[in-house]
Amino acid sequence: MSLTTWLTDDAPASRAQANLGRAYDIFRRLCRNPLAALGMAILLVLVLCAAFAPWIAPYSPIGQDLGNRLLPPSAAHWMGTDELGRDIFSRVVHGARLTLLIVGLVAVISAPVGLILGAVSGYFGGWVDRILMGITDIFLSLPKLILALAFVAALGPGIENAIIAIAITAWPPYARLARAETLTFRNAEFVQAARLAGGSHARVIGLHILPLCTSSTIIRVTLDMAGIILTAAGLGFLGLGAQPPLPEWGAMISRGRAFILDQWWVATMPGFAIIVVSLGFCFLGDGLRDVLDPKSGDKA
Amino acid sequence: MGFDMSAIHLKDLNIFYGDTQVVHDVTLDVAPGESFALVGESGSGKSTILKAIMGLAPDWTGTIEVDGKPRSHGPDRAFSRQCQMVFQDPYGSLHPRKTIDATLAEPLLIHGLKNRDARVVELLGEVGLDARFRFRFPHQLSGGQRQRVAIARALALEPKFLLLDEPTSALDVSIQAEILNLLKRLRKERGLTYLMVTHNLPVVAFMCDRLAVMRHGRIEEIASAEALKTGALATPYARELYRLSNPEETAEEQP
Amino acid sequence: MSLLDIQNLTVTFPTPRGPVNVVDGVSLALGQERLGIVGESGSGKSMTGRAILGLVRPPGKVRADRMLFEGQELQGLSDRAMRKIRGARISMVMQDPKFSLNPVMTVGRQIEEALRTHESLPRRALKARVVEMLDAVRIHDPERVMRLYPHEVSGGMGQRIMIAMMLIPRPRILIADEPTSALDVSVQGQVLDLIDELVRENGMGLMLVSHDLHLVGRYCDRVMVMNAGRVVETLDAKNLHAAQHPYTKGLLAAVPRMNETRDELPVLDRSKWAST
Repeated sequence: MSLTTWLTDDAPASRAQANLGRAYDIFRRLCRNPLAALGMAILLVLVLCAAFAPWIAPYSPIGQDLGNRLLPPSAAHWMGTDELGRDIFSRVVHGARLTLLIVGLVAVISAPVGLILGAVSGYFGGWVDRILMGITDIFLSLPKLILALAFVAALGPGIENAIIAIAITAWPPYARLARAETLTFRNAEFVQAARLAGGSHARVIGLHILPLCTSSTIIRVTLDMAGIILTAAGLGFLGLGAQPPLPEWGAMISRGRAFILDQWWVATMPGFAIIVVSLGFCFLGDGLRDVLDPKSGDKA
Repeated sequence: MGFDMSAIHLKDLNIFYGDTQVVHDVTLDVAPGESFALVGESGSGKSTILKAIMGLAPDWTGTIEVDGKPRSHGPDRAFSRQCQMVFQDPYGSLHPRKTIDATLAEPLLIHGLKNRDARVVELLGEVGLDARFRFRFPHQLSGGQRQRVAIARALALEPKFLLLDEPTSALDVSIQAEILNLLKRLRKERGLTYLMVTHNLPVVAFMCDRLAVMRHGRIEEIASAEALKTGALATPYARELYRLSNPEETAEEQP
Repeated sequence: MSLLDIQNLTVTFPTPRGPVNVVDGVSLALGQERLGIVGESGSGKSMTGRAILGLVRPPGKVRADRMLFEGQELQGLSDRAMRKIRGARISMVMQDPKFSLNPVMTVGRQIEEALRTHESLPRRALKARVVEMLDAVRIHDPERVMRLYPHEVSGGMGQRIMIAMMLIPRPRILIADEPTSALDVSVQGQVLDLIDELVRENGMGLMLVSHDLHLVGRYCDRVMVMNAGRVVETLDAKNLHAAQHPYTKGLLAAVPRMNETRDELPVLDRSKWAST
């Protein structure tokens, strides 16, 4: 029996096969959507760049060479060099690591926090809901970048603090989303059945409600990734994110601003990287929305 | 009718949803091993009584006793091994992202029961589902198959009482016949007590020993299944329901 | 001439395992009569009604050798031409009035709207027709009901409003798809009696789609039994209990009776005709 027939088996023989089969089905449908496939390809390139940066990059990202300052793109320096003679291509490739780190950590911190707060709020309702959603509304009512700026100002500049600041500002939309989803099925019969089997509130929320909120949260997180990258770049641009000489894309644009009229490539190349990666996340997010929609799985 | 020891005993039960009272002064006794039906149209409060017994409609006054023990106002672990419920909608009562295996193992896991794998296979067999359904997701099953899974889940903790909320009204007639046969067989084999909510009088005639006709949250009449089959019902409302549910047979009697 | 003449209607939907014929070669003719279409879920009974009205959404595909409505071929009509027929000449009543009525528009407006899209009448005549129609569906206080929103009316009244909406442009054919299965028994009878009466009075053709054999037997002249997209048999409603096909017989036997004495209900043995 080949792997694909095993994965698409109508009557799986084990739990693992059933779950892998579902994952395979999602992957296959993602691949059938050209934009989602493009998004996946872009992100795959990003991950590969981050993983193999030292081997891909022809030069050191921080090694200065003042003799070769501000060279335009050429065969030796594909994206040119900056004001300290550093190879921009090498810096962009290494910057992928920072971008991935920021995006990954923000998602890992803010999505679960938002999910749990939202699910608890929606499940219990009443005063729990009012208090939790009140807090969420306060965070939502402040502009993201300003709030992040305030946190960074309080915590001190640096990439770790930038990540924490962005994560703190990113969770409220997930809480809202998870609450709205929870409200639609907190009175569903399968939730009642779990309660009637003697399951505790924590069990019902953790094992029955959260799994149903995750797909919409994953979609939302993917679509928000672009915004997170831009916020991180914005913080870097303002000098409050990654500190020199770290090759963070936003910080690179900020440095290139001084030369933008005569040496356009210094600011444009990292900007281009930000656009491509943000687009990649958006495409993937749109594709995931089509595929993970619970109703699409029911169609014969 | 009175019993020395009722399986389910309701006395002066009033149930509220917020400010509205949906059930008024309901008193009834279900004998051990009996199959009892609550019959009425939508809004008659019949399903609400099941929910109150299960602890899903916590706002009530009066007495609810199951197996001689008074019920609390919420679901609790000890009670869940005594009494379980089968819901009306086979599409809404199974978690859409869990395999049948996970759904059936859940109650066993909560109560820390051993031999879960063997029990799940056994449960599937008891409700007439092939073992190859075990690792499928609900959306891969038909309505009738899902309702069998829901029944298997209700049986997982081996309760003595089953509350059935319109268990077949969302199903095709041929599937309804299969599920009704299954419920009848399970009751015989396991000595279960049923309290069943339905609007379908012929189903009551097939499944139940006695019935209570409800209207606007009150019991109009409690009658035996024999009285139902012959149309010997006492109150005008019950007779009206009988006539509407049975147009062919009564057509000849009418001028 | 029959109102509707359909030959070899097929509705196909693509699935991961290849195309599936949800309706598979159905032929029927409808005159000024009441035709019942009975089957279980997935039998293609609803899809047959939708195909006639051109309501099958892509990727579903409809094919037929001919599909004549009063002698006019329905296939290949433009969307515009089809909209003129749908509602004005052929109407459809759906299962649940809750989902078919617009929640933010008063009942009166919606019925007016239904008429106005097909006929242009002066305001006063329009209102008179609406009142007259509500009266015909036995709504006692039409002036008051017209100002209500859908959530303010009961299920039975909602379904009567739907019927008023569907019948006000005076269509030739009414397709009723499970018109009463969301209603209580006490209201079911009233709604069906009403449909029956209006259809007879106006000399219309009625296609009653339902899963309930007994109900269809009571309100129709002819009954067409469907299973797996095909017509199993067509018979006079009077002779329903003398049905020949094992599927029809099985369906009839599977329904519990009021004076039930059987210990077990007979279950359909699907293998018998699944291959045919």
